[in-house]
Amino acid sequence: MSATSAPARAGLLAAADVPVRRRRRRLPFSPWHLVLIPATIALLFPFVWLLVTSLETSSEALHFPPILIPHVIRFANYSDALSQAPFVHWLVNSAVVALVTVACNLVLCTLAGYAFARFRFLGRTALFAVIMATLMVPFQVTMIPWFTITKWLGVHVLAGVGINTIGALILPNAATAFGIFFMRQFFKTLPLEYEESARVDGATRLTVLVRIVLPLATPPLATLAALTFLDSWNNFLWPLIAVTSTNQMTLPLGLATFQGAHSTEWPLLMAGNVMSLVPMLAVFFLAQRYFIRSVASTGLAGT
Amino acid sequence: MTANAVARPGRRQAGRGGLVRKALDSEQFNGWAFVTPGTAIILLFGAAPIVWSLVMSFQKSSLLGSSSPFVGLANYRRMVHDPVVAQAIQHTLIYSALFVPGSMLVGLFLAVAMNRKIRGITIYRTAAYATMAISTISEAIVFIWLFDPSYGIVNYAFSKVGLPQQQFLNSPSEALYVIVVMTIWGWTGFSVVVYLAALQGVPQTLLEAASIDGAGPWHSFRKITLPLLSPASLFLAVWLTINALQLFDEVYLSTQGGPLNATTVLVYYLYEQAFQQFNFGYASAIAYFLFLITIVITVLQFWLGRRFTYYRS
Repeated sequence: MSATSAPARAGLLAAADVPVRRRRRRLPFSPWHLVLIPATIALLFPFVWLLVTSLETSSEALHFPPILIPHVIRFANYSDALSQAPFVHWLVNSAVVALVTVACNLVLCTLAGYAFARFRFLGRTALFAVIMATLMVPFQVTMIPWFTITKWLGVHVLAGVGINTIGALILPNAATAFGIFFMRQFFKTLPLEYEESARVDGATRLTVLVRIVLPLATPPLATLAALTFLDSWNNFLWPLIAVTSTNQMTLPLGLATFQGAHSTEWPLLMAGNVMSLVPMLAVFFLAQRYFIRSVASTGLAGT
Repeated sequence: MTANAVARPGRRQAGRGGLVRKALDSEQFNGWAFVTPGTAIILLFGAAPIVWSLVMSFQKSSLLGSSSPFVGLANYRRMVHDPVVAQAIQHTLIYSALFVPGSMLVGLFLAVAMNRKIRGITIYRTAAYATMAISTISEAIVFIWLFDPSYGIVNYAFSKVGLPQQQFLNSPSEALYVIVVMTIWGWTGFSVVVYLAALQGVPQTLLEAASIDGAGPWHSFRKITLPLLSPASLFLAVWLTINALQLFDEVYLSTQGGPLNATTVLVYYLYEQAFQQFNFGYASAIAYFLFLITIVITVLQFWLGRRFTYYRS
């Protein structure tokens, strides 16, 4: 490369008043559009095609070459899908499971993370080491015991968390090693002064945590909430193992069984798929900032 | 909770009350009280199952659970001789070797393209982010339809440009690659977000200085941007590999491991053994093997990564 050629040096001399970029300008718009427009079409096309198919008739869908624009918009696919499978019920199940899981994680991981960060108590190091060890183990290693334990709990302890209940989808995920570790790391970065002065004023340790520390902890709590919500909402393997009856299913599992029953009725299937997709898309875009920041922060944690 | 009872001590009381209060206020008591609920769940569902499934991998367990005799290394020995396990390992590794670099390249390329203030950039970025909101199940259903051999639009596009019609998910030689494509699409948002965040950390002054010194855009990308992105690349490589080794949802939905076992990956086979054949012992052995592979590859990646990763300090 002729990196230090004469024009470049001339550019250096002229850099004081003329932006260096200017000499590269040829198109009336940024050339990156030429890359980004096709890329965006490729990224969005599956969504578009999903929507188009969901509005076609069966004969239009099963036509080759494919019909790109349906002759008549058939909304009836949606009502058909709703009458054949309890999508609304699955949506409610998914929402309940995700929200309760998030709430439990926020409370339990905050409590434990704070204690691991601030208190000295017997067995702290050992306990924390055990929790960290579980962080590395893939879910597939633990899933068979999860099944057995859940079954046992349902029979001997509480029916509401046994196999084939949405409770079984919540309890094992109600606290995570990642959440505890994540909150502990955050609490360790906080200066001690505020807590100490509140303690001197006679506040209990729980009051200090709730009144003094938590208001400072909204960013990590939002991150933990967003990541837990995404995980819970999209979880498929554990619900597949733990739940078999239709009315206890979450959306991904319900949608998968719906696909199994109607695998060639494409418009119907796509209507169901759109209905399963839209709530999460809506939540995602409403809270896009939090989701993006959360995912980005997991990536930046490595740097 | 107990907070209200002791929240406002006000004037300190002497005697018995003071002693109880002191105990209730100790780091010992509070430490254990705070930690117990969360830890109980993790011990029950995180720690105990790790030990239990290791024990199970040495047992011949049945669903009834009445008798699960120890069989030593029999499950592991069976694994070594099981041709499906060999196939599953092969498919898992081929899948990971294509998916991980593919996903990283797509993410890097799009993030670099999107890391600038041009008109419509929000639309471009949002399109990439949208793939993060779609569940693996929705994603798989859409791609099964796109790649349908008879009515799919991909085959239509192939016919338009004069390529022969393909069987895609019905073909033993193509199915795994279709799954690679659909999962790369599904992970686009994630890779883009990670790389975009890392790109924000590349100091503009460094690139400007290089440009003034006469470095072309490609040259400064290679010598400045890429090294500064290497921690993000290492993170993505490790994270995507862990997920690739655990591929299950898309396979379960689209091919069920077929055709002719062409897409049987480790976790799918493990699921089949555990929850369709109810060979808990054998499945646990496979699970531990997966764990071992994950550790080995992750350690290898960190070891290799250390040589190529540039940390600013």
